[in-house]
Amino acid sequence: MPFQQRSITTGRSPILLVVLGLTGLTFFVVPLLGLLWRVPWKRTPDLLTSQMVLDALRLSVIASLAATAISCVIGVPLAWLLARAEFPGKAIVRSIVTLPLVLPPVVGGTALLFALGRRGLVGGPLNQVTGLLMPFSLWGVILAATFVAMPFLVITVEGALHNLDEKHERAAASLGASRWMVIRRITVPMIAPSLIAGLALTWARAFGEFGATVTFAGNLQGRTQTLPLAVFVALESDRDAAVAISMIMVFVSLIVLIALRDRWWR
Amino acid sequence: MVAVVLTSQGLTADVVVHRSENFRLELCLSIPSGKTVALLGPNGSGKSTALAAIAGLISLDSGRILFNGVTLDDPATGAFVPPERRKAGVVFQNYLLFPHLSVLDNVAFGLRSRRIARGEANTRAREWIERIGLTGMENRKPADLSGGQSQRVAIARALAITPDLLLLDEPLSALDISTRSELRHMLKEHLTNFDGPRLLITHDPTEAFLLADEIHVIEDGTVTQVGNADEIRLRPRTQYAADLAGFNLIMGTARSGIVDTGVQPLYIANNEIAGPVLATIHPTAISLYLEPPKGSPRNSWSTTVYRVERFENRIRLSTGPPLPVTVEVTEQAKTELGLKPGTQIWVALKATEIGIQPGRFS
Repeated sequence: MPFQQRSITTGRSPILLVVLGLTGLTFFVVPLLGLLWRVPWKRTPDLLTSQMVLDALRLSVIASLAATAISCVIGVPLAWLLARAEFPGKAIVRSIVTLPLVLPPVVGGTALLFALGRRGLVGGPLNQVTGLLMPFSLWGVILAATFVAMPFLVITVEGALHNLDEKHERAAASLGASRWMVIRRITVPMIAPSLIAGLALTWARAFGEFGATVTFAGNLQGRTQTLPLAVFVALESDRDAAVAISMIMVFVSLIVLIALRDRWWR
Repeated sequence: MVAVVLTSQGLTADVVVHRSENFRLELCLSIPSGKTVALLGPNGSGKSTALAAIAGLISLDSGRILFNGVTLDDPATGAFVPPERRKAGVVFQNYLLFPHLSVLDNVAFGLRSRRIARGEANTRAREWIERIGLTGMENRKPADLSGGQSQRVAIARALAITPDLLLLDEPLSALDISTRSELRHMLKEHLTNFDGPRLLITHDPTEAFLLADEIHVIEDGTVTQVGNADEIRLRPRTQYAADLAGFNLIMGTARSGIVDTGVQPLYIANNEIAGPVLATIHPTAISLYLEPPKGSPRNSWSTTVYRVERFENRIRLSTGPPLPVTVEVTEQAKTELGLKPGTQIWVALKATEIGIQPGRFS
């Protein structure tokens, strides 16, 4: 019996699978090579320190971190409700939460515009009362990024909460821990690996957000132009700059994924 | 007023829970302080549900739970004390230690939850760790402990909060046999030192017989028999109780393959074991003869039939001195041997049919 097991799980892989699998890998590697091949190494330092790139980098970092923080504050409780609370229409709520994952970001941006724009459903009254204007501001960039990225956190954390055995939480309650203390000292630490993975995914998605941002927040250098928008603009004017910025984004995202790989593949 | 005083001591639980459409748990328990009651039943009989209701981890559908005169749960009035305010020390099935916390933090968890300062909580947790013999393992994570060690930590964690009530859910079932008897001793000791009511949930009759003062046999959500170890063992009222509890439990001291029972020595197949032991003999493993048995049974003695009982499709009889045992025979054997109270018979028993484990009754 051990021999059979070994031949199935660790023996030589079928040729067809190897060929198809390597083709899949090639599909991911070739675009990266295409980018690397065009990197203007000599001009890169200058290109990356241009005012446009520095502005975009600053906005991207601020917006993506803010979107991740907002997602953490409101997305984790939402995940908890989806996993633990019983309420009617839960399936529909779950569909709505995951909708941004499959919706074209430009549609998301349009929806945000009509909801939170100057004459929007919520944006209108909000503007009249507080004078706040969401579109074409840093707030707009953050909201657009949160809208498209938060679902990653919600579904990751909800999945982790589903898989978590509630017995530990019951044990904690029997030992005298209040519901808050159970969440803080048992639930959150026990789902920490998934939470961190979800935050990383959310941040990466927010960092790369383009469609909803350009639709809802516009493309104003120094105000709403993030790195992906800068790449898009640069493709029209200076292709070298587009390649250099793209390399930065690839590099940063890869670093994050590698740093988290232990948590990731659990 | 006298009745009030009497019922105000200990735990009184009238538990009704509809776990699903076709499962209803309904039982009445009363555990005075300083007594251990066991709920003995097969898997799925509702034992753990009863414990969860008493601990407050689920709420009653109807009935009432009273502890020392305080209502813990009463759906009729809407009274419900949440688990964190019940002061019930629960030892869970499979330990349920917190995997991300060290042994020290696990034991200190209940104290910290009760807002006791970290230093004080850790000092008291260390005392418990010493008491369970795990000094030096404070910083280990549960994943690095053996089953027996984990169970010790689980017991210390439950007792560290100085609970008013102790609830044990299959405390020994996840352990291997040798660790089990060792832990049973420790558990017995802690139970004896604990002043409040104690509830033991188990599917293992030996555990119930050894640790409990009173046993409630529970099947399909209903209590089918209540009694002490001897009453359940000798007069089982259901098929289940008869299957599990019909076996003979004999105490003695083992040495060189012989158990000294004080009356009739028993030859056993284990030459290594020494000291106090508990011999278990299944009632079908004993043979009866009218003449002294020929052949090789190591154990045989002459006695008389004391009582004959018919239980559904089986016949069970008890023998008299020197060593009373319960024997299960077929209808045919009963007729052929003419077994009735007073019949002179020979009991024969192979050494290999005697189960031996270290331990003793209280």
